[in-house]
Amino acid sequence: MAVPILKQGPYLIASVQSALTDAELLELRNALVLMVGKYRSRGVIVDVTAMDVMDSFASRTLRDIAHMIRLRGAETVIVGIQPEVAFTMVQLGLTLEGVATALDLEEGLTFLDRGVKKLGGHVGASG
Amino acid sequence: MKGGRNQVNLEQVQTESTTTLLRELVTHLRQHRTQLREEWAQRITEAKLLTVMTKEEIFAEATSVYDNYVEALETGTFEALQAYARNLSERIIPRGVQTDEVVGIVLLLRDVLARSLFGRYHADFDKLNRILDAYEPAANRIAITVAVGFVQERERTIREQQEAIRELSTPVLQVRERLLILPIIGVIDPHRARQLTEQLLRGIRTNRARVVVIDITGVAAMDSNVANHLVLTVEASRLLGATVIVTGLSPEIAQTLVNIGVDLTKMNTVGDLQGGIEEAERLLGYKVGPVEKVVPTE
Repeated sequence: MAVPILKQGPYLIASVQSALTDAELLELRNALVLMVGKYRSRGVIVDVTAMDVMDSFASRTLRDIAHMIRLRGAETVIVGIQPEVAFTMVQLGLTLEGVATALDLEEGLTFLDRGVKKLGGHVGASG
Repeated sequence: MKGGRNQVNLEQVQTESTTTLLRELVTHLRQHRTQLREEWAQRITEAKLLTVMTKEEIFAEATSVYDNYVEALETGTFEALQAYARNLSERIIPRGVQTDEVVGIVLLLRDVLARSLFGRYHADFDKLNRILDAYEPAANRIAITVAVGFVQERERTIREQQEAIRELSTPVLQVRERLLILPIIGVIDPHRARQLTEQLLRGIRTNRARVVVIDITGVAAMDSNVANHLVLTVEASRLLGATVIVTGLSPEIAQTLVNIGVDLTKMNTVGDLQGGIEEAERLLGYKVGPVEKVVPTE
């Protein structure tokens, strides 16, 4: 598998190591949606620190992952988007609507620990 | 008729005697230096050029310009004149002398000298023609040199000022753990907007910020490009996990933004910087209040 998915307590952590092909992205999506039920996880963190390009397919897939996992009863945080990548994404209109984001893995864990409901105002994702 | 003869003459003249003619010309100009210089200074005053300078100053500058002018005619090299023009510009630009004034005085000098040549050679039309043939290109080049020198000096000043403004322009400051403020003052052009975004995103990363307050109290106006850029910045910050609060939108900017239809739904706005920081503290879980029991006020 291209992306290792680690189980950490009640959370799953998928750490993207390199640029992913479309097929690998879909594979990641399927694996996460499957595993979140299997391990009864409450949250999922997708760490994209290593991705220096984010095209429309990748960002749509990330959004899909977040939405699917919400339907499976867990929350998703995308962490580690690089500043340059972030600006390019918004210029292309890829704003990950309705998806929680955090600076890095640690922040993502803090976010999940606090419980999404309490922090709804902060991440401001559900718009 | 005249044009035709000119053409023929021109070729002869340029090969044979341009140098001789110019030398004769220079001698003439040296001989009548005082008179021509005074006439020129007077015409500058009459034309109401260089009004910021006193009569004495004009006369002093006129003398140096005159001498440099003659020297340039004599040697055919423009370096000295160029240096002088730059030096002159450096001195007079801060006093508010305009481009048209500088160009005007140089053209006046050209006219004064041409007139004096007419006066001297009007008896010998052929000679006058040849003298003018030698004089005009050199004189034009001098005028161009001075004008270009002036404009370049002006541009250099402007560039320096822009640089200075840019350096002062966009501090990203941490006011609390995880809280940055970005006060923006002055005009935001596209270049500055981009620089601002870059600095902010980098600042979020290095300071691990979770909330950013962008204060635009000091921004007088905003067009749709800049407004959209601001929205993009807010979005990009969110992707890095930071919430942006925009504060201090003036009534004018608020109206502009609504009128041009910028999508502001994603933007978190608070009236002033104080309110913004309070809101940010609330988001970060800080509770700020006066220290109790320090001074019993009752």
